[in-house]
Amino acid sequence: MLRVCLRGVKATAQKSSGRIRLTNVQQCREYTTGESSSASRVVAAGLLTVTGGIGGTIIYAKWDHKFRAAVEKNVPYSEWLLGLALGPVSQDSGLPIRKPMESIQPPSMLEKQMRTSKAKSEKKLKETTEHGAQDSGPASPQPAQNIQEASAEATQIISAISEVQSIPAPCDTEPTAAAATVFQDTKSAGTAEPLRERSAEEVAARLAQQNQDEKDIITSLSAQLDDSLASSAKATLQAIGAQEAALQAITQHTHKLKEAMEAEGPSEEKSTQWKDLEAALADRTTSVNDAKTALVKANEALDSLKSVIDKSKGLKITAARPLILAAEENLHKMVVDLDKVVSKVQSAESEAKIVAQYTELVHEAKQQFQREVSSLTPEIQANWKGLTGKLSTDDLNALIAHAHRRIDQLNRELAEQRVQEQIHMEAALEQQRAEDQRALDKAVGTAKQHVKEEARLEQERKLAELREVIEAEMRTQLRRQAAAHTDHVRDVLKVQEQELRAEAEQELSSKLLAQETRYRQLTQEQLDDFTLDMNAAYARLKGVEEAIDSHVEAEEEARKAHRLWLSVEALTYTLKTASTESPSMPLEDAAEAVRASCVENDFALALASALPEESLKRGVYSEASLRARFNSLRSLARRVALIDESHNTLYQYFLSYVQAALLFEKQQEVPPTQLRSEDLDPFKLLSYASYCLEHGDLELAAKLVNQLRGEARRVVEDWLIEARLTLETRQVISLLSAYANAVGLGTTQAP
Amino acid sequence: MADELGRKWDRCLADTALKTVTGVGIGIVFSVLFFKRRTWPVSFGSGLGLGMGYSNCQHDFRSPYLIHGRVVKEQS
Repeated sequence: MLRVCLRGVKATAQKSSGRIRLTNVQQCREYTTGESSSASRVVAAGLLTVTGGIGGTIIYAKWDHKFRAAVEKNVPYSEWLLGLALGPVSQDSGLPIRKPMESIQPPSMLEKQMRTSKAKSEKKLKETTEHGAQDSGPASPQPAQNIQEASAEATQIISAISEVQSIPAPCDTEPTAAAATVFQDTKSAGTAEPLRERSAEEVAARLAQQNQDEKDIITSLSAQLDDSLASSAKATLQAIGAQEAALQAITQHTHKLKEAMEAEGPSEEKSTQWKDLEAALADRTTSVNDAKTALVKANEALDSLKSVIDKSKGLKITAARPLILAAEENLHKMVVDLDKVVSKVQSAESEAKIVAQYTELVHEAKQQFQREVSSLTPEIQANWKGLTGKLSTDDLNALIAHAHRRIDQLNRELAEQRVQEQIHMEAALEQQRAEDQRALDKAVGTAKQHVKEEARLEQERKLAELREVIEAEMRTQLRRQAAAHTDHVRDVLKVQEQELRAEAEQELSSKLLAQETRYRQLTQEQLDDFTLDMNAAYARLKGVEEAIDSHVEAEEEARKAHRLWLSVEALTYTLKTASTESPSMPLEDAAEAVRASCVENDFALALASALPEESLKRGVYSEASLRARFNSLRSLARRVALIDESHNTLYQYFLSYVQAALLFEKQQEVPPTQLRSEDLDPFKLLSYASYCLEHGDLELAAKLVNQLRGEARRVVEDWLIEARLTLETRQVISLLSAYANAVGLGTTQAP
Repeated sequence: MADELGRKWDRCLADTALKTVTGVGIGIVFSVLFFKRRTWPVSFGSGLGLGMGYSNCQHDFRSPYLIHGRVVKEQS
């Protein structure tokens, strides 16, 4: 991409420069001095290309960060320039990496929040369920409480050691939900307990208090219910009894009335009958009144019982429900009985009314007949059955005529009645129907009420049964849960015990190990100290012996060293025999002497044999001669400075000679501590070497001269060899003398 | 070794001079004998002599740097 851009830029630049060139060429045609404009043209084109390249690079670097990084890496000052133009490199890539980290954190925090809120809600739920659990009965809270306390303590232990959530035992799905919630509650109670130690006790106390209160209420309620039930039962029974008595009286009376109506006995019997009837009537009225009052009382008692029941219902204590239910049932039964008896009494009364009406009618008819008969025959008494002989034929005829007339009248009435029978019948039917309807409605209403009541009672009974069943099931599941919990706790305790035991054993073993190692260390130290002391003593003894021996040896050594030193001095002196032109004497003899004096000394022997052959045979030149020779060599080397393997024509020789004639360098120049590439110029090297030689540093001069190359090197080769020889010999001799001095020093004893 | 260069120069100059003179002589001879006394054989001869002397001189000075190789037949 960069190359494309650059190419494009260059092409445009070239095009533009081409255009400029064209115009410039045109201008050039006009102006004679076209060279300067062409130069400016070239300069302008060059500048344009360069600026175009830089601009393109900057723009592309702004767009592509990788390119920018590559440019900054490769081109030296580009990061400064790019920083100036574009600002620092943006940190876009850094953020997306951090975002997933942050996004991971909130879910964990949310989880924590959820857990805490869940714990709180569970705690609340636990309290209500505990309340609810406590309501089931006085007996059940006790074992439930114990289980809860035990589980709370166990969960405390578990939570103290680790944060492991205990898993409820696998059970049926339905009860486990309830059991799990209860367990969770206890667990949350356990986890909440490290924060508030007293809550369980407080709750337990509160629960006990509540339990007590409820027990009291229940007892009072049951007492109340019993009282009211008893009173209402008594009243109802009384009412029922009174009603039955009334019924009896009514039926008696009716029966007596019927008998009285139908019987045709003698008058005394009749009068007794009538008296009985009156007595029965009186009886009936009193009993009916009694019954009414008793009914009223019974209704009152039932109402009071109903109110008590409603009040107790209002308290909403589930323990009292069966009592309430029983009371309601009793109430209903009593009401039903009462209603039944009342309806019986009412039917008897209606019957009695009919019979009374009938008697009234009969009585009236009799009265009328009597009046008629008495109007016809005033002297004849009512009882005409016994008057067969007393009546005359006229009276009889009158009577028969009256009787006929009466019969006719009655027949006519009968005919009329028969005619109007339908209408009367219908009217009567209507009346009866209406009355029946009313009675039916009333009966249906009461029956409906009774049925409703019965249904409701049935429902309540069923509810109570169901509740009991559920309670029992819940209790069994809770027991199962508690059993599972205890098993789990036992297992966890076992595991913990094992862990603790393992830890303790490990601790014990490590401590034992430490103790043992320390003991061993101590003994070892003692041994070491003793050994050290022994060794020290032995060494000292040995040292003393050696000192004594070495004293003897030392003297021997001293003599040898002296001899060696002398020979080395002789060798050194031979070096000095060199004159300005001729080399020194051959070092053969002196070297022989040195070798003789150091027969058992390998080092000196090696050094003595390290003397070069040439120096032994011929001798070495002195430094002064070398210096003199160098000066003459210098000019020669200068003259052939340009000649080497590739440049060695005669023309080069000429050039080299010209250079040597024209080039002036310092006679002597201080050589630098580190040679750079520009110092390898032969002239410089020669001046450095000259300086070194003037200051007596043959070694450095030789090193510098060694840097010459080409023909100059060939020219100074001989000199270099000689210099090397001299240096070698001097080195060996100096080493030997140093060694001899050292040995001599070593063997001399301080006074 | 330092003297060698001086010796070389001596040889070189002597040789060149000799050759030039010889060339001139031969040029004269040829000019007289075959080329009707023209000058060009003389200059030709002197040039020849100079050239030969120059070449010899150069070769002499180059001689330390010349590499002598041999063709070695491949033995497969």
